[in-house]
Amino acid sequence: MLNIRRDICGYCGACVSVCPEGALELVDAYLTVEDTCSTCGICEKICPLGALEVIKE
Amino acid sequence: MKRRYDMLVVGGGPGGAFAAKTAAEKGLSVCLVEKRPAIGTPVRCAEGIGKELLTDFLPPDPKWICTDIESAELVAPDGFSMLLEPSKAGNEIGYVLDRKVFDRELVWKAAEAGAETYVKARATAPIMRDGAVAGAVIEQHGKRYEIDADIVIAADGIESKFARWAGIDTTVPYRELETCAQYLMTGLDIDSTRTSFYLGNEVAPAGYLWIFPKGDGTANVGIGIGGGKSGNGHRAKDYLDRFIARRFPNGKTIELIIGGVSVCRPLPSTVADNMLIVGDAARISDPITGGGIYNAMYTGRLAGETAVTAIEAGDTSRDALMPYDTTWRASKMGKAIDRNYAIKEFFTKLNDEKLNSIVHSISKINLEHFSTLMLLKEIMKANPSLLLELRHLRSLL
Ligand SMILES: Cc1cc2nc3c(=O)[nH]c(=O)nc-3n(C[C@H](O)[C@H](O)[C@H](O)COP(=O)(O)OP(=O)(O)OC[C@H]3O[C@@H](n4cnc5c(N)ncnc54)[C@H](O)[C@@H]3O)c2cc1C
Ligand code: SF4
Ligand code: SF4
Repeated sequence: MLNIRRDICGYCGACVSVCPEGALELVDAYLTVEDTCSTCGICEKICPLGALEVIKE
Repeated sequence: MKRRYDMLVVGGGPGGAFAAKTAAEKGLSVCLVEKRPAIGTPVRCAEGIGKELLTDFLPPDPKWICTDIESAELVAPDGFSMLLEPSKAGNEIGYVLDRKVFDRELVWKAAEAGAETYVKARATAPIMRDGAVAGAVIEQHGKRYEIDADIVIAADGIESKFARWAGIDTTVPYRELETCAQYLMTGLDIDSTRTSFYLGNEVAPAGYLWIFPKGDGTANVGIGIGGGKSGNGHRAKDYLDRFIARRFPNGKTIELIIGGVSVCRPLPSTVADNMLIVGDAARISDPITGGGIYNAMYTGRLAGETAVTAIEAGDTSRDALMPYDTTWRASKMGKAIDRNYAIKEFFTKLNDEKLNSIVHSISKINLEHFSTLMLLKEIMKANPSLLLELRHLRSLL
């Protein structure tokens, strides 16, 4: 699963633009992830602040 | 909010604002929705724009201009700095804007022209009829509205979800996403008429670091690095913090700005039946500089004009809207994107040694006008070997 660290996220939308599944969405200042997320890790890599982490079950 | 408009604009950035203003002035009924509670904030920008680019759209106003830029400094990886001073020849470089005020002013003008504007109003899905966009579902204050429109303008910026929901793949390849961090800092000992650009794989891999002064010892100090270079322990913010510790240990931070800029090719098609895609949403930002304010205003205005013509003619099909796509591609801006994309591909692969030699080689030139193109031409002149490697670009320069 994708863990969104809301204490770190600055709701910039950069991750939304690179997600190949379109799984991320910014609701103003609140980032959401849908279950279409494939945990590919692309968003985790590019976040300028490091607010995302893929947690492998 | 009404049930139906001639044109619905999703996003209240410079692209959406200009589309709305242009169409409303020509008498279309226009609705603009912006999902944030305030236009222009949080800022996602370094706020620099070329003078002649801006005045193409509106007269400069001290309300939203922070500083007049007269020179630019390019700093090589080895610390060697070259100065570009077109102001000596009587030519100006640009402005650093206050985008909180600027963006709001643009939406204000759209409203004045007659557009309805709604904030904290988010498009959550397109309304599709017979496979074509026919409006959008808007959510505001816990209510859900279904708004029909002859034409929808997707001006939703870097996220670009609207066109995606309508079936167009807007994903930015992550290597072509500049991941950015910036501080608005104060207490800096800098020249407030000069912008600085730092290059190098240690400073800003596959990107650059910038200092854009905003007057009174304040400046946007920011960085964009290639998405392929970003990861734990080496993110945009890590590079920026390292630079600031070295260069501005006593500077004070009063704002954190982050964001992404696409430096990929624009979308293969920026029109669909009843829909036009503008600005960042269409990936129309400059692949070298990352600049997109002008590009958004230009495509926004053009989209507004195209919508008016199409609606008057009673045909808003993809074919009828196609002049928008072909016009911006053939424009000076469209050609610059093409050229700068090819050059970016080349430059981001250079090692520091090569970058050093390029900056040194052009240190003595006297640029009368400041533009990326002029600079590139000088670089080519001073480096015949580069010209050879960039053979395929010669026709573009
Ligand atoms: C760090 C950084 C530095 C930059 N520096 C410069 C610079 O110095 N010069 C320059 O020219 N450019 C710069 N840019 C690029 C510039 O900011 C953009 O190109 C420009 O803002 C694009 O305008 P736009 O109207 O297309 O999109 P935006 O300004 O991003 O506006 C899009 C709007 O749509 C809204 N929205 C999104 N989804 C929805 C939805 N579903 N419903 C309703 N509203 C929605 C967003 O909230 C946003 O307000 C920079 C970008 C970054 C990130
Ligand atoms: S890129 Fe990072 S900071 Fe920006 S919205 Fe995504 S998680 Fe938040
Ligand atoms: S991990 Fe991959 S699929 Fe999941 S949200 Fe991030 S980019 Fe999208």
